[in-house]
Amino acid sequence: MRLPCPICGPRDSREFIYRGTALDRPAPDAGTEAWEEYLHLRDNPAGPIREFWYHHAGCTAWIEVTRNTATHEISDAVLAGGEGAA
Amino acid sequence: MLDLTAKTPCDGLLPVSHGPFTLTEIVPKALTSIAPFKGQAGAVSDTLQSAHGITLPSIGGATGNGSVQAIWFGQGQYLLTGPAPDGLDGIAAVTDQTDAWATVRLDGHEAAEVLARLVPVDMRPAMFPDGTSVRTLLGHMTVSITREGEGYRIMAFRSMAVTLVHEIAGAMEAVAQRL
Amino acid sequence: MRVKDRGRIDRESRIAFTFDGARYEGHPGDTLASALLANDVRMVGRSFKYHRPRGILTAGSAEPNALVTVGRGAEASPNERATMVELAEGLAVTSQNRWPSLGFDVLSVNDMAARFLGSGFYYKTFMWPRSFWEKVYEPAIRRAAGLGALSGQHDPADTEKGFLFCDLLVIGAGPAGLMAALVAGEAGADVILADEGFAPGGQLTGEVEDIAGQPAHAWAESTWAKLNAMPNVRCMSRTTVTGAYDQGTFGALERFPEGRGPRECFWRIAAKRSVLAAGALERAIAFRNNDRPGIMTAGAVRAYLNRWGVSSGRAVTVFANNDDAHRTARDLVAAGVSVAAVLDSRHDAPKSPDFEVIRGAQVCNTAGRKRLESVTYRTSKGEQSLMTDCLAISGGWNPAVHLTCHMNSRPVWRDDLLAFVPAPGAVPGLIPAGACNGVFATAACLADGASAAKTALRELGMTSPDVDLPDAGADAGRISPLWAVPGKGRSWLDFQNDVTVKDVKQAAQENFQSVEHMKRYTTQGMATDQGKMSNVTALAVLADATGRAIPETGTTTFRPPFSPVSIAAMGAGGRGQSFAPQRFMTSHAATVERGAPMIEAGLWYRPTYFPAPGETHWRQACDREVRYVRNAVGVADVSTLGKIDIQGPGAAALLDFVYTGLFSSLKEGRVRYGLMLREDGHVMDDGTTARLGENHYLMTTTTAAAGEVMRHLDFAKQVLRRDLDVATISVTEQWAQFAVAGPKSRDLLEDLLGTSLGGWPFMSCGPVKVGGVDGRLFRISFSGEQGWEIAVPARFGASLFDALVAKAEAIDGGMYGMEALNVLRIEKGFLTHAELHGRTTAFDLGMGRMISAKKDCIGKVMAARPGLVANSRAQLVGLKPVGEVQQLVSGAHLFREGARISPENDQGYVTSVCYSPTLGHMIGLAFLERGPDRMGDRIRMVDRTKDIETLCEVVSPVFFDPDGGRARA
Repeated sequence: MRLPCPICGPRDSREFIYRGTALDRPAPDAGTEAWEEYLHLRDNPAGPIREFWYHHAGCTAWIEVTRNTATHEISDAVLAGGEGAA
Repeated sequence: MLDLTAKTPCDGLLPVSHGPFTLTEIVPKALTSIAPFKGQAGAVSDTLQSAHGITLPSIGGATGNGSVQAIWFGQGQYLLTGPAPDGLDGIAAVTDQTDAWATVRLDGHEAAEVLARLVPVDMRPAMFPDGTSVRTLLGHMTVSITREGEGYRIMAFRSMAVTLVHEIAGAMEAVAQRL
Repeated sequence: MRVKDRGRIDRESRIAFTFDGARYEGHPGDTLASALLANDVRMVGRSFKYHRPRGILTAGSAEPNALVTVGRGAEASPNERATMVELAEGLAVTSQNRWPSLGFDVLSVNDMAARFLGSGFYYKTFMWPRSFWEKVYEPAIRRAAGLGALSGQHDPADTEKGFLFCDLLVIGAGPAGLMAALVAGEAGADVILADEGFAPGGQLTGEVEDIAGQPAHAWAESTWAKLNAMPNVRCMSRTTVTGAYDQGTFGALERFPEGRGPRECFWRIAAKRSVLAAGALERAIAFRNNDRPGIMTAGAVRAYLNRWGVSSGRAVTVFANNDDAHRTARDLVAAGVSVAAVLDSRHDAPKSPDFEVIRGAQVCNTAGRKRLESVTYRTSKGEQSLMTDCLAISGGWNPAVHLTCHMNSRPVWRDDLLAFVPAPGAVPGLIPAGACNGVFATAACLADGASAAKTALRELGMTSPDVDLPDAGADAGRISPLWAVPGKGRSWLDFQNDVTVKDVKQAAQENFQSVEHMKRYTTQGMATDQGKMSNVTALAVLADATGRAIPETGTTTFRPPFSPVSIAAMGAGGRGQSFAPQRFMTSHAATVERGAPMIEAGLWYRPTYFPAPGETHWRQACDREVRYVRNAVGVADVSTLGKIDIQGPGAAALLDFVYTGLFSSLKEGRVRYGLMLREDGHVMDDGTTARLGENHYLMTTTTAAAGEVMRHLDFAKQVLRRDLDVATISVTEQWAQFAVAGPKSRDLLEDLLGTSLGGWPFMSCGPVKVGGVDGRLFRISFSGEQGWEIAVPARFGASLFDALVAKAEAIDGGMYGMEALNVLRIEKGFLTHAELHGRTTAFDLGMGRMISAKKDCIGKVMAARPGLVANSRAQLVGLKPVGEVQQLVSGAHLFREGARISPENDQGYVTSVCYSPTLGHMIGLAFLERGPDRMGDRIRMVDRTKDIETLCEVVSPVFFDPDGGRARA
């Protein structure tokens, strides 16, 4: 499996560490439910999913990858947070 | 009076050669990581230009040569080899890395074949020409590899020098045996 | 035997080899199989279940029968396919699955008992008694049913792995693959051409036909040579592409039989596009006793003749349902080999002036125990027998669609071809071409290969060159279905797993009608060849038995690897020293020289203790080292702790965000202890952080968590707090850092540095000159004594360590290892990952108040959940043995006195224990329900695994110097 790092280009998956679904961190006062959802509840779609990967053996950027769980097709990969490459 | 003596990271391990391949240690005078603060990359590049005659490289690149060189070292990070940089106070995080890395140089015709056994990135000269630099893996180690002329400059964590030499020398031997 | 004027072996040179001890000769260019056939060795193994005599069936990688062990002793490699082994001088080969010998095999009685050994035999028979499963049945079955055995020794042979990249990977160097590579190569694309054989041409290597006016094999060789000369093409022979994976990644096994360097290389190939030109595999026909030595595929008989100059028999019979097999008879007759007859099941089969064709004939039985002697065939006129020692069979060709199924696609049935072909878009970026795509005529294969390359080039944005298609045969031949000849007796489908037509029918009858169920019930297709020879035929038999059409019946899934890959090749680059990097401290050499046993901490190697003369037990060394620190001074290398340099206007805010405490309020030149939480409120790591300047901090992490913390900081600054302008970089490797601890530590350092340290309070830090070198000094303590950590650039580490140790030893101190370090910290109730094990909270550790109310931090919201701050939680306490038994054990659990030892009564557990030489008894750290409220209570520590019960008193986790006066002294 290869991931298209927005900084380094396509790289072998062994250079990356997986984190999980890309979610926005709730505000501190967002309430228990929002935090519960953020930490523990996950959709499990058979289709596209957005997830965080860390290019630990490369540029050390956190990236947000759109991956189809059914086909492993990767349709998008951007820097997590969305700024341009540095 | 205390008199500290210096040891290089690959002390007693190198040089090694197998067939056409040689692996030697490089001991840079100084290695300094430079991480420009937000919006300061241009100013940092200008400062380096006037102080040391080189600019910041682009992603996956290297600038300068010989005594002064800057390589791309990761997201928003560069490594200056040679002098300690001047004039970057307040515009970049500057960190001494001189002792943090074991630096070796791999030479020999078709050295890319040696690296193909170790590195999951295309190291062939046409794909990785002079003046390019990557952060990647070598075996299980994270490394920085820069093409320099016909050879490759490879940097790994200092503490992993024994493994670094073991892995590269092993691949050199394996490839050399078939030539 | 060899046939004159045929084959492309080097008859001038001879290669000696042995098979089951007997010496034979072959020639360069031979495979083991061709050499055995040339020497008239017909029987090469015993079958898996029935121990039936078996011979060579094919000439390629699908071979199910001729599995042998190559080599001796530790280097022996079992289950090698004789058809793929290149003959080499001195090759020692032994047959498998027979005892005591291939000719006389005791377990061939299984064959007599065959009617008891049908489908589901094991499931039905070895049910009772249950206690026999592992002790009796399994060993007996494993011995009886089997392949080659492992040597049981460490295989000394080297293997390697590697990574390759290309625009276009062409899999297979037959006509389609060669043509595809040629077109892409001439277009200037970066091409890899991989072929599993050692001679290019694929099926062409064994055929008599012309391409571009020259013999096909010569065209293949010259095209290969031309490609090899192109700098943009990498030609890889002996390389099997074993699997297709995501994003154009392929696994490939390259073999190096010449004996120099590693034996095999397992490549990961990243290809932007790929052309699959894997060819097709000839299938057999099922009929009674179709597994005798001497029964081979028609294509194999032809290949042995044309490529290796070997006649597979003296009087050969061909049995087929298609035109293609007639070429076997044609080539044999042309070479002067006698052809008994061509038995063609079709009533309209073509006739030939050169050999007898019997139309509408079906072979219904064979005879000959260790080699074929005769066949019986049936026509409308009745049954007749024919003396023959070789039967060349062909039931048609199965396109080698395997790789197109590796990403979950199922092939589609083509009724016109009687074959499965790849589904469109089966593997993204992969274009099938030639025979694997259902295109059989040579000319059409060449065109299909060229066309596939052009498609790939177009998708890559490259221009296709004008490449002329060479002239070649355009006839694909006709075929009519014939899967199994009806009749009594056993007709083999899966030769390797001994599965017959009867077994498949029985499975259907017992309602294992889904192809996936049939496969598992009968084990058809589950041998090392994954049923390459048998799947489609078995499917046809199942379809017939269940009254369905073949496409309705479906197929099972082909999975990687296409052909077997040794575990050694898969694991190459990860063996011995290459298993994981070794990280050595700058004091490593001096440490080893002192005889310290090393222990791994993460990837680091750290000393456990330093033995002294006269000591016979590690505890003596450990106690002595603890006393150095408590009474004089100890020196330890602490360089392995993670050190992260944090700079920028946002540095303080980042630390406030990742630590529970406030670091923005830390004064320059001071150090503070920090606790880091995961977002779910549990503790992730701890360590001290020093403020070196207004916008400059130095964080330390525990040794094994350094990488995880770095990743955590990157996530915090790149994702959660993009507003902060801050840079982080590891400086773990830059600095060699040593703890100098004990009441005499200041004396030692003042002497070493030649300066007074009177102005350095506890938890201060700053730059120092160490022998003229710029270093750093931190006044911190992990032992509870007055403690310092001194750091210098790593190149001076070894030298500084020696100096520190010499000075310490001169004032009744010395170096201490991990055991002593652990005792010292337990005596003080300091934490390591034994306590920060991922399920504990700041509250549990008695550090709830360290979560600052003044700001948000990672984990703060969740750490405040009622369940994480409930007093009923197990919380950190100290334990002191008070009964007769004085032993404490980490991992032991805690129970009230008198309570039954059961999970419901579990009150907590012990995390760290040691013998405290300072206190004179064992001490332990534990998590105990409502622990802080139970000081002075008694509790039972129970270790069921070691059968130890100890009565303990619950005490403060700080056993020694509770007010911390010694560290501040």
